[in-house]
Amino acid sequence: MAGLTPFQTLGPFFDFGLVIPDGGIVARPGARGRRIVIEGVVRDGAGDALPDALVEIWQANDAGKYRHPADEQDRALDPALDGFGRVATDTCGRFNFKTVVPGRVPGLDGRLQAPHLAVGVLARGLLTRLVTRMYFEDEPSNAEDPILALVPTERRSTLLAKSMAPDHYRFDIRLQGEGETVFFDV
Amino acid sequence: MKYARPPAGTHPPNDSPGYKSTTLRHPKEPLVVIPHTLSELTGPVYPYGRIEADDNDLTRQHPGDPLGERIIVQGRVLDEDGRPIPRTLVEIWQANAAGRYAHRVDDHPAPLDPNFSGAGRTLTDDEGRYRFVTIRPGAYPWRNHPNAWRPAHIHFSLFGTSFLSRLITQMYFPGDPLMPIDPVLNSIPDERARQRLVSKFDIDATEPEWALGFTFDIMLRGSDATPMET
Repeated sequence: MAGLTPFQTLGPFFDFGLVIPDGGIVARPGARGRRIVIEGVVRDGAGDALPDALVEIWQANDAGKYRHPADEQDRALDPALDGFGRVATDTCGRFNFKTVVPGRVPGLDGRLQAPHLAVGVLARGLLTRLVTRMYFEDEPSNAEDPILALVPTERRSTLLAKSMAPDHYRFDIRLQGEGETVFFDV
Repeated sequence: MKYARPPAGTHPPNDSPGYKSTTLRHPKEPLVVIPHTLSELTGPVYPYGRIEADDNDLTRQHPGDPLGERIIVQGRVLDEDGRPIPRTLVEIWQANAAGRYAHRVDDHPAPLDPNFSGAGRTLTDDEGRYRFVTIRPGAYPWRNHPNAWRPAHIHFSLFGTSFLSRLITQMYFPGDPLMPIDPVLNSIPDERARQRLVSKFDIDATEPEWALGFTFDIMLRGSDATPMET
């Protein structure tokens, strides 16, 4: 065969096929690092919540190590954290993940990136996957992050999870319109 | 592994007015191009959730046989060099033979089948092959435009080798008369790319006196060759 297989939408009726029990629990008991809850709502261009979206995250462990053969860093894996999470939004568009703050991982030139999670958003009415990143608003290293630096200053706040309470972050995803989340071409 | 940007026309634009639900759900700001760091070049390549023995046979998940035409759907998962991707998770979900999903929100007045849930998962083998036994799904109406019907399709979800190779797609059946008028399939600009979503009837995958076979090969992003960046 020749050529990539194209994307198609998830459609509205996916949860019986794709929802993993406890898919939002990324850090299992015993995982190293600062335990956090991340919660948010996915909204459309009219500000309405999406009851039929799927949010996936991918992250490094507390030591800044990914569970993947391409991560050749001499850092320890964490048996209690694989790094993948997947949840469907509820009828109010809400999602949440229970995880730990990831460690800093290297960027292209070896300089460290700020702690972040890779995020993929899928939904009825979305013909591809939207890709973004979640950073932490109270993280000083954001100022030196090479990927955040590529984002227009006035839109960077859409990538910063807000600290709502100790170890509790809020990350809303706006697909379109006011406060539209920055999405990446990867 | 390197990941070139997909050729223009391969994937649908998120703003596809023919598919009404895209109207309020596509970003209007330009996507920000970023380089591929370790965060993109890694990904959840290991299987998630448990895979049971019958998870790739959607006709054996209940006490009785589901109604409809039993089929085999099989193929290979490949990277852009045409090399197999072994041990990668393939998930599918679909409507039943009557065109009804076992989903609380589906109100299409067609019967549910107590012997068919419509979801399966499997890992590819060492040669990148996967195989499902299922029921040919029915076409069903939707409210996108007057008298709108989706062609019969099976949803696929794959991870591949990194965060960049993630794919959600739909497989169609050869000769389905609804394909030329389906806004979802036709959101893909390149006709050759659209054709890659149409499975092929395969007499060699067909089991005598039991089930027709359809082959659907899937190519995901990723190559060891130097990408031609555009």
